[in-house]
Amino acid sequence: MISITDLRASYGPLPVLFGFDLDVARGETLALIGANGAGKTTTFAVMTGRLKPQTGSVTVDGRDISGFTPMDIVAHGLALVPEGRQLFPSLTVEENLLVGAHSRRSGGWTIERVYEIFPTVAEFRKRPSMALSGGQQQLVAIGRALMSNPNVLLCDELSLGLSPAAVDIVYSALGKLRGEGLTTVIVEQDIARALSASDRFACMRHGQIVLSGASQTADRAEISNAYFGMR
Amino acid sequence: MLETLINGALIGALYGLYGLGLSLCLGLMRQINLAHGDFIVFSAFLALQLMTHLGIHPLLTLPIVVPVMFAVGWLLQRFVIERTLGRGEMPPILVTFGLSVILQNVMLQLFSADTKSLDPGALGTAAVNIGSVAIGVLPLLTLAVSVGIFALTAAVFGGTRFGRAVRATSDNEAVAQLMGIATRRVFANAMGFALAISAIAAIFYGMRGTFDPSTGPERMLFAFEAVILGGLGSIWGTLAGGIILGIAQAAGTFIVPSLGPLVGHIVFLAGLLLMPGGLFTKRTRA
Repeated sequence: MISITDLRASYGPLPVLFGFDLDVARGETLALIGANGAGKTTTFAVMTGRLKPQTGSVTVDGRDISGFTPMDIVAHGLALVPEGRQLFPSLTVEENLLVGAHSRRSGGWTIERVYEIFPTVAEFRKRPSMALSGGQQQLVAIGRALMSNPNVLLCDELSLGLSPAAVDIVYSALGKLRGEGLTTVIVEQDIARALSASDRFACMRHGQIVLSGASQTADRAEISNAYFGMR
Repeated sequence: MLETLINGALIGALYGLYGLGLSLCLGLMRQINLAHGDFIVFSAFLALQLMTHLGIHPLLTLPIVVPVMFAVGWLLQRFVIERTLGRGEMPPILVTFGLSVILQNVMLQLFSADTKSLDPGALGTAAVNIGSVAIGVLPLLTLAVSVGIFALTAAVFGGTRFGRAVRATSDNEAVAQLMGIATRRVFANAMGFALAISAIAAIFYGMRGTFDPSTGPERMLFAFEAVILGGLGSIWGTLAGGIILGIAQAAGTFIVPSLGPLVGHIVFLAGLLLMPGGLFTKRTRA
């Protein structure tokens, strides 16, 4: 479904991604883990068209989308739940969801379906988006991304800044989507959370994938070594 | 006195209409266009040229002037203002200030410094009596058109896909792009919309008063006062701000004929001191 090949990218003169390969199968949930500065969010920036790669490619169903604009990438079925949620503050909850459908991609996700799967969001539909708690906002951010009818959902640091109870709610919501077979890539610093919510994991360090495997059989000690660069 | 205040409210509706385009720029797009008043005057001259060459009533120039000014706004945003964005607050201000100076000089060369107006014909003298008060049909028509344009604008920006896209872009352009919004095109359309509204204001302005190439900054001032009095980002607040300004000017003129504009400015200043956010502050930030 998604195939990343020899991806290299930099912010100006500062190289961040040093060439790595990564595949995500259809219906799979992949957890991209790694310490701060490992290159996880930069990988998402390239995948969503916000940063052009220096070399390498990102293909979705065989089509190379590297170098596409963010608008084109949404039209090709990739949707991002950005770090920090980043709802539109001047819009209500419902308007935020409707903006998610701006690309008019056809598919099964409608506002009614989002409300059905996230009843809490339906309850606050007319409220200003910033009047919601962090966890509720995160559900809106996920719903907004779903409104573009994506083939692939990219979730960046879902648990960031949320209480443990809110994180439980958000990951429970993500579990529902996983059950529906939506291809998902999650970036997460909470290793235990990431492994329990995914089929496979890939650990990044210094802009490269240093370890990958099945989440359920992952060796925690091996992951910790890869995560922190210890031998 | 009552007639004076009613007439003040009616001219205030026109001030509100001057301000509406500016309100969209300032409140929704968070950009300032210092040439706003000059574009109003330019639209009035455009209507005058059409009247002269086609021999038509000022209102019949609307179907031509409005789309032309939409196109001018679209091009202005896409090829001038857009290039200045992301470099701080000063470049857009300086560029539109320069544009204002250029527009005034171009109009001076093309149309001379003579004072002009758009002859409304019999519409200009028609009046209706409501009780003991005689009210001009043209001012009433101006009010009706203003309210209609404000309602249309509120509906477009409050409840359509385009309106949501403008507000989302204004909130966070990068995230708006991630939603598939072509943010540059959306803002160009919004600026086109703003100048199209200004063109409507211009034609009623030309029928109700006089204009020359140097009157743009005064229109800009009235527009700005209406927007700030009403509350930045509030569409209906701009109409209310314009009407308050009109009534204040009329009251000043009633006391001493030359005092009208000064009283308007004093009311604006007092309003700013008492309610810095304006009458209908729209809180958009958390």
